[in-house]
Amino acid sequence: MSDGGVDTGRRRFLTAATVAVGGAGAAFAAYPFLAAWQPSARAEAAGAPVEVDLSKLEPGDMLRVEWRGKPIYVVNRSTPMLERLDEHRDQLRDPDSSAPQQPAYAENPYRSREPEVLVLVGLCTHLGCSPSYRPEVAPADLGPQWAGGFFCPCHGSRFDLAGRVYQGVPAPLNMAVPPYRYLSDNVILVGEDEGAA
Amino acid sequence: MRDVLIKGRDWIDARFPMTKLWNEQAGEYYAPKNFNIWYYFGSLALVVLVNQIVTGIWLTMNYKPSAAEAFASVEYIMRDVEWGWLIRYMHSTGASLFFVVVYLHMFRGLLYGSYRKPRELLWLIGMVIYLVLMGEAFMGYLLPWGQMSYWGAQVIISLFGAIPVVGEQLAQFIRGDYVVSDATLNRFFALHVIALPLVLAGLVVAHLIALHEVGSNNPDGIEIKAHKDAAGKPVDGIRFHPYYTVKDLYGLAVFLGLAAIIIFFTPEMGGYFLEHANFQPADPLQTPEHIAPVWYFTPFYAILRAVPDKLGGVIAMGGAVMILMLLPWLDRSPVRSVRYKGPIFKAALALFVVSFLGLGYLGLQPPTPTYTLLARIFSVIYFGFFLLMPIYSRLDPVKPVPDRLT
Repeated sequence: MSDGGVDTGRRRFLTAATVAVGGAGAAFAAYPFLAAWQPSARAEAAGAPVEVDLSKLEPGDMLRVEWRGKPIYVVNRSTPMLERLDEHRDQLRDPDSSAPQQPAYAENPYRSREPEVLVLVGLCTHLGCSPSYRPEVAPADLGPQWAGGFFCPCHGSRFDLAGRVYQGVPAPLNMAVPPYRYLSDNVILVGEDEGAA
Repeated sequence: MRDVLIKGRDWIDARFPMTKLWNEQAGEYYAPKNFNIWYYFGSLALVVLVNQIVTGIWLTMNYKPSAAEAFASVEYIMRDVEWGWLIRYMHSTGASLFFVVVYLHMFRGLLYGSYRKPRELLWLIGMVIYLVLMGEAFMGYLLPWGQMSYWGAQVIISLFGAIPVVGEQLAQFIRGDYVVSDATLNRFFALHVIALPLVLAGLVVAHLIALHEVGSNNPDGIEIKAHKDAAGKPVDGIRFHPYYTVKDLYGLAVFLGLAAIIIFFTPEMGGYFLEHANFQPADPLQTPEHIAPVWYFTPFYAILRAVPDKLGGVIAMGGAVMILMLLPWLDRSPVRSVRYKGPIFKAALALFVVSFLGLGYLGLQPPTPTYTLLARIFSVIYFGFFLLMPIYSRLDPVKPVPDRLT
């Protein structure tokens, strides 16, 4: 380098190298701040399974329990309700439950282990509101087409009594079926099945 | 005494550009002489921001940002803290009034073409302020931990879940849990009381610097800098201080009077400023029968509901807000102000106003088939106003623009 002359190539290289090293350092430093937004270890551990006693659930009735902070709907479907499930296949988005919204053992027309007992995560697949249980047929406010099911008050999404979504509503998917298994004839355990220990 | 003050001022000026700043920003800032009622809302927005910051600081002194205590601590502020009810109502009413003045401020820009060159960046900074303000309002609404707080947050955060591939992960990242929970409340509190207000304050300073660099637009939409006197001052301009400081003080007095009427007589505004469902504590197992956001979000919420597809609805809703940013480049009219624009633009603007207000109303109502159809029509008009603007603003027969302010 001559007196007073500036080696611009060298200067540019040093600037670029400083920016690269500094940028990498900033990215490493940013990681903890971003990762701190993830669910904490305590939130992850809070997902213990819950037992539900079905012995007092009359046909046609629904009960709600909480699992991982989400509402779980358990419906004891009556025989007429089960018979109606087949009548509106052509109005559904996914009548055969081909989207992975249920464990393999619920991938059947009833979306459940036993036909009568429906277990659903009670959250609309649109934006997570909790749909209301409307088992009655053709009530005034839902119209003559209504065959019983779940109606989301937030944006008007409709699901049938197997949690399958109708066409022409905002929700894209059937309501989710959580993992569950029977502990005895009248007690189910939500949040755990044979697959998980 | 006078000498002491002057000496003190000179002492500071030698070390910090106090007088220079004052002159640049107010004393020697020349604004067009024909500002009308629409020009109150900028300074009023600043006053509301100060109100939100001051009352907000006082609220944090008693509020507890935890899912177990938040609802009760707000009740405690309302019932047991001395004058707590007033401070809280000033804050909650202030939030709605913030949007009232900001919407009117933005509409002023739309009327007089204040976004046109060279004020594009001024408009964009203002739009970012509006976006931050929406985030600030949304996060603040979760804090009372009422039913509408909870389910409103659940719905809005789920919007991010509609993004393909990373959506669900992103929603979980925002919540910090599998559902809206204590973790969500706590972080929203942090963002609401410090992160976003800091950003907001910085943006407001940038907005003012940009404004004072390019100079204010006016109802005629013509540049006052085109005619200057011998001293280089615009002949159609007057000093911001004392002329507009005094004018703004008058507007402020009227505004504070209206605000006081709301705060003292109808702070809930019949369920529009504070929704009735929010007087019940949050219940993660039970969605309220009818859920609607606060009034200032309802036009966009109605657009979301009008689209029968999850991702499509989210894109339409986001697009409805973001499209405003393109306004400086969509408007191809040779004139700025509505005063000299032709019948096509005026009709389009009228349709747009009707659609915006209509969507705002529909967003508050339950989704019936008739309302959904109306919302779809209004949504099309809303987007049509912007997307067709490059065409109709060019075809529009405009009136001749005067040389000087009228």
